[in-house]
Amino acid sequence: MSEQTPVSPPDGETTGEGEQTAETAAEADEGSTTRDSVSTGAESVVAALEQAGAETLFGVQGGAIMPVYDALYDSEELTHVTMAHEQGASHAADAYGIVSGKPGVCLATSGPGATNLVTGLADASMDSDPVIALTGQVPTNFVGNDAFQETDTVGVTQPVTKHSYFAADSDTVGTEVGEAFALAEEGRQGPTLVDLPKDVTQGETDEFPGEPETPDTYNPPNEAEPEAVDSAAAALAEAERPVILAGGGVIKAEASDELRQFATDYEIPVITTMPGIGSFPEDHELSLEWAGMHGTGYANMAITNTDCMLAIGTRFDDRLTGSVETFAPDAEVIHVDIDPAEISKNIEADYPLIGDAKQVLRQLDDAMPVAYEAMDTSPDEYAEWREQCQAWKDEYAMTYDMPEDEPLKPQYVVERFSELADDDAIVTTGVGQHQMWASQFWTFTEPRTWVSSHGLGTMGYGVPSAIGAKIAAPDQEVVCFDGDGSFLMTVQELSVAVREDLDITYVVLNNEAVGMVRQWQDGFYEGRRMASEYPWIPQFDMLAEAFGARGFRLEDPAEVDEIIEKARSYDGPAVVDAIIDPAENVYPMVPSGGDNGLFALNGDQLGDL
Amino acid sequence: MTQGMDGPHPDERMRPEGRRNSQGIRIDPEAEATHQPRKAVLSTLVNHEPGVLAEVSGLFSRRQFNIESLTVGATDDPEVARMTIVIEEPEPGVDQAKKQLEKLVPVISVEELEPEAVQRELVLVKVSGEKPDDVNAVADMYDGNVVDASPEAITVEITGSQQKIEAAVEAFDQFDVQEVVRTGAAAVERGADTLEDTRRKAETISETGETPQTATDD
Repeated sequence: MSEQTPVSPPDGETTGEGEQTAETAAEADEGSTTRDSVSTGAESVVAALEQAGAETLFGVQGGAIMPVYDALYDSEELTHVTMAHEQGASHAADAYGIVSGKPGVCLATSGPGATNLVTGLADASMDSDPVIALTGQVPTNFVGNDAFQETDTVGVTQPVTKHSYFAADSDTVGTEVGEAFALAEEGRQGPTLVDLPKDVTQGETDEFPGEPETPDTYNPPNEAEPEAVDSAAAALAEAERPVILAGGGVIKAEASDELRQFATDYEIPVITTMPGIGSFPEDHELSLEWAGMHGTGYANMAITNTDCMLAIGTRFDDRLTGSVETFAPDAEVIHVDIDPAEISKNIEADYPLIGDAKQVLRQLDDAMPVAYEAMDTSPDEYAEWREQCQAWKDEYAMTYDMPEDEPLKPQYVVERFSELADDDAIVTTGVGQHQMWASQFWTFTEPRTWVSSHGLGTMGYGVPSAIGAKIAAPDQEVVCFDGDGSFLMTVQELSVAVREDLDITYVVLNNEAVGMVRQWQDGFYEGRRMASEYPWIPQFDMLAEAFGARGFRLEDPAEVDEIIEKARSYDGPAVVDAIIDPAENVYPMVPSGGDNGLFALNGDQLGDL
Repeated sequence: MTQGMDGPHPDERMRPEGRRNSQGIRIDPEAEATHQPRKAVLSTLVNHEPGVLAEVSGLFSRRQFNIESLTVGATDDPEVARMTIVIEEPEPGVDQAKKQLEKLVPVISVEELEPEAVQRELVLVKVSGEKPDDVNAVADMYDGNVVDASPEAITVEITGSQQKIEAAVEAFDQFDVQEVVRTGAAAVERGADTLEDTRRKAETISETGETPQTATDD
């Protein structure tokens, strides 16, 4: 233990005039109880979280994490939300991170607590969401002995985090937590973890953690190299059929405004990836919405036929590209990314621009007029291409059979809800057909309003993610579209929404099946529906009531508006069990590893591909 | 299976002429082109801390990089260890391996060494003790030393390039080889260049686009 004194002077002990005196006085006036000293490792962990600006923690108590919880008992700045299951804690923290832009924090005990967090960490890792996990661990002298509730948490989580720390010392544990916080937030965002042995959190220390800082070895780039920007701008100016492909990185970098500015200045059509939904308004005339396996036909036509793609903050996931051999085969690719390892990982970048999306878009915006002049071209040259994109929008319009009678069409439920909801309503989802309908038929216009599990495709993401989203943005409407299969995986978190009195509307698009699996079985496995049909599921409206939420059953298309409004106006968690047409499938569809230009518009075309 | 959307059939849609290969690289539509694997020697400085080897090796295994050898040892700085990693991958894989390594928090720097860098490996070969003179003679041919001998077994130590080690092990085959232990390659840049110089040179190239001349360039 060190004999170093706490960083901040004790109350009243101020020296002379100046800012420090004023600050101390202001704090005293507000009756602030900001912690300025610690006596245990656990208090140091809590102090580090407070210093980093954390507000809400999602977690589950347990033996090895108990010292940290005990230290939380006295924290005036941190609120803890007890979740029903650690997976729920990690998904809630993940959604909190997506909506607020600040890292979400989750806690769990050692062993099963820690392993239950892993799914959420893997999910955050795939989607570059900022999350910090704090896990209890058995005391250091038990580590490696297969002690009660011991797991090698660092070993288990290393592949799914930006970095996992094993805290070995009470004096440094607080600094490590601060470092984990900074690391989750800076550069390409992602999850980090600190494993906290019980003796380390119980141990005495008076080392007050410093400001959160990333390690010396971590130096994310900021601006792209000017020459590279100029070359990329020249390629765009010379192109005849340019598109912008905006990924989740645009939202993470807070670059949506710059994207709108850039796209409208030069009138370049914008396609988003699925995580990029909300980065560009879908009701804008330049928007082609999102591309990929279940993306719009027009986005996939444009992506296939473009000759120059400005891709920003996307990692070219296979659900987006289909076969890389047929992905944008004519296009010169300008790839903007803060992570150099994403450049040419899946799709070769002709013009790599390594840097922060917001900065690089500004750099490009400055370079474009010069490039047009040098090339003797202008955005007018793209007019024919813009008309072609508009023609595709008409040809491949997103439609479905309108329900006049039962059965109820899921697309209709989503579309009506989108009409009735607030403009800045946040949509979260589970994973499956319902997720695709929600993303296709809801009109997203703002960043951080689409919260979903993309890369990992985690069924069960819906119920807890809506909790995290609502806590991050209590003044915004939150609606969760879930499927019956996905809802059942984390339905216990409904108890948390009830306890916290969160005004969330859950809509279960109920087709008594894991519908996406069934769709694939019908399309690619000769209709052999092994283990995909769920005719034994509970009535979700009654289940909701059992949890203390309000439940609604929706079967009649004529009642859609009325029931949506009833659920919306209920002040607390409401569950709409929407019994949808079980025969309905998701289209368009690019078969896995297929050619984006050959999307199927219906089951017959799927069979032909 | 007839429900769905309207619009032209896949056969009637506009098609581009271009093509990419399986590595996502745009290629001449007429030609078949993929990068062939090549050998790369990556020299990596890492924080000398517990778990760093697991982190590096875990990265290589989960990303399916074809690793030939990985050696690790202390440097003159007690805080820093140096890993020499030999991989065989097509060009995009080599590049990706470097960039993924650089992302790891305990990794300080990653450099690919020139093909002519000094590469050495140590092998211990244990053979039957029946023909000590012959074993000695073969060991001499490869500048090896007998480090242990008994009537039953003789152990020889040889250091050298990978090719030399392979040739030596083959030569010892005649003596009823009982065990072979190889360390994998350790490597260092030729001349006065150090990892630090290599890194600075790479930075200069990326900043100015020019290769700086140094006294050790040949």
